[in-house]
Amino acid sequence: MSEAGPVTKQRNPHDPDERGHFGPYGGRFMPEALIGALDELSAEYDKARLDPAFTEEFTRLLRDYANRPSLLTEAPRFAEHAGGARIFLKREDLNHTGSHKINNVLGQALLTKRMGKKRVIAETGAGQHGVATATACALMELDCTIYMGEVDTERQALNVARMKLLGAEVIPVKTGSRTLKDAINEALRDWVTNVADTHYLLGTAAGAHPFPVMVRNFHTVIGEEARRQILEQTGRLPDAVAACVGGGSNAIGIFHGFIDDPDVRLVGFEPGGHGIASGEHGATLSEGTPGVLHGARSYLLQDDDGQTIEAYSISAGLDYPGVGPEHAWLKDTGRAEYRSVTDDEAMDAFQLLSRTEGVIPAIESAHALAGALVLGRELGPDGLIVVNLSGRGDKDMDTAAKHFGYVEES
Amino acid sequence: MSLKRLFEQVKAEDRAALIGYLPAGFPTVAESKDLLAAMVDGGCDLIEVGVPYSDPVMDGPTIQVAADTALRNGFRLRQTFDVVESVTGHGGRAVVMTYWNPVHHYGVDAFARDLAAAGGDGLITPDLVPDEAEEWLAVSETHGLDRIFLVAPSSSEERIDRTVKAASGFVYATAVMGVTGARDQVGAGAAELVRRTKAHTTLPVGVGIGVRSGEQAAEVAAFADAVIVGSAFVTAAEGGPGAVRALAEELAGGVRQKSGRATVAP
Repeated sequence: MSEAGPVTKQRNPHDPDERGHFGPYGGRFMPEALIGALDELSAEYDKARLDPAFTEEFTRLLRDYANRPSLLTEAPRFAEHAGGARIFLKREDLNHTGSHKINNVLGQALLTKRMGKKRVIAETGAGQHGVATATACALMELDCTIYMGEVDTERQALNVARMKLLGAEVIPVKTGSRTLKDAINEALRDWVTNVADTHYLLGTAAGAHPFPVMVRNFHTVIGEEARRQILEQTGRLPDAVAACVGGGSNAIGIFHGFIDDPDVRLVGFEPGGHGIASGEHGATLSEGTPGVLHGARSYLLQDDDGQTIEAYSISAGLDYPGVGPEHAWLKDTGRAEYRSVTDDEAMDAFQLLSRTEGVIPAIESAHALAGALVLGRELGPDGLIVVNLSGRGDKDMDTAAKHFGYVEES
Repeated sequence: MSLKRLFEQVKAEDRAALIGYLPAGFPTVAESKDLLAAMVDGGCDLIEVGVPYSDPVMDGPTIQVAADTALRNGFRLRQTFDVVESVTGHGGRAVVMTYWNPVHHYGVDAFARDLAAAGGDGLITPDLVPDEAEEWLAVSETHGLDRIFLVAPSSSEERIDRTVKAASGFVYATAVMGVTGARDQVGAGAAELVRRTKAHTTLPVGVGIGVRSGEQAAEVAAFADAVIVGSAFVTAAEGGPGAVRALAEELAGGVRQKSGRATVAP
């Protein structure tokens, strides 16, 4: 049996329409010059998801290269701080390259080969997607160029070195806010110039169709495994599934394992930064309004003129002013709920998990952990929560050391 | 429809039209009005008033920097209409070129209403393809505005056909794959894209390809109905209205020469 079963399902009730719409969200708000490449990608993906050989290869790579299935680990000492609820961690941090990102990257790299393209470009915020992409490109003999905001290359210097070691070219992006949003802009500019031989390996379940549904489907393995594992370990479904939401790929992946279980609450935690009232945050679903950015209609942080507002978070992987269109739809339909967690709350949870369980989470994932502490207190001692621990925190040591005063600020 | 009449007149003069682009509010709203007036005076048949936007993914560095400058200097979206009105009040014709989110956020109908009231002729929408344009297709009819969609070298015949059927006024051919920016040479693919497009429509076809000189304008005018110039005007704007007018005059001379390609076998 395949671990990655959902990849082969041609249509499921949660798929967007033929043109990529989830209700009023999604679609393709892209230059005509890129529509041909999106059509090509859609056609190749539609063929691949029905092709047993593709599924077999993808599943083999997830198992033998990425280290799937990832563990589901109970965190009892951490849960003592959550009102007595039981908390289980879906250990995407134990995947090769240290986060959930590898799932999508392996799938899209296989598609790149199928399309006969030789070159891959990608954006990265925290560097996790860039490292995962550079890894897959090394494995599959593809040329790799990573766009990364200059600000992020400074906060995540170690990941820049990792990408270079893996053979990728890393281009610091100096336009706009010099973070993830601008890295995507620059990658799109590269793509429109070099589209004939280049695949844009988008790292989150956002952007123009087919990216949101395709990236989601490559990540649904997270939720499928987690559902089976929690049933094996506890004999029941959780009351809530918690995940952090930047662009939303790890969240949509784990949510989809439980989306047809109406009693399981799906809760996404967005970066509250310095607090919603400060205006310095990345809480797109909680505080944004519908708009168009990077190819899709979704919620968006924007001003009165529709200009994008720069997002802020202590986490480089979450400070994105947009969000995947399916999350917008899940919010509007009420199937998922979205809340925000501040920098300080996330960092407290980051330290707490490290000290109670010996697991250092990514600061991104620490937002979901902080949220789970609150959810646990709301649910009470009978509560059962699965948290998507989407990545490991080694990359965040510099930020953490400064935050907690372990080192002198330079 | 005034753009239809404009192109008929240009055709009667046996030349191509000159379309010049500058962002509204660059470097400031007042200065942009003077720069656009200089483009009209120098011989631009149609002005593309650009809307400065925070995420201009189709634009190269020249126009990105100009948009940033306008936004930093406090440009507000509603001032687009003041700027359009200044062009039409100066005897010019204007369309607005804008990424979709500002229009989406302002309200498609309200934007069209205010643009029409300012005397604008239509909208060029670089990141709105007809597939997603249902509301705009209806609203543009209501307010009598032209819908200028883009075709690209990568467009299939089917997509070109769909695009020109949804378009009015003219069709904008982005003749090289890539972002905006002035280029030393105009690509050979441009004439081919115009030919492919004209096989599907009687609408005029304008070519944007990074033209920056009268000579290049003449080359493009040999096979296109309009020569569209953007980044070169942004660069010229550093020299003020005089430099912009001089560039417009040079380009206007170019579109009347049709030298280059017309006499050269492809």
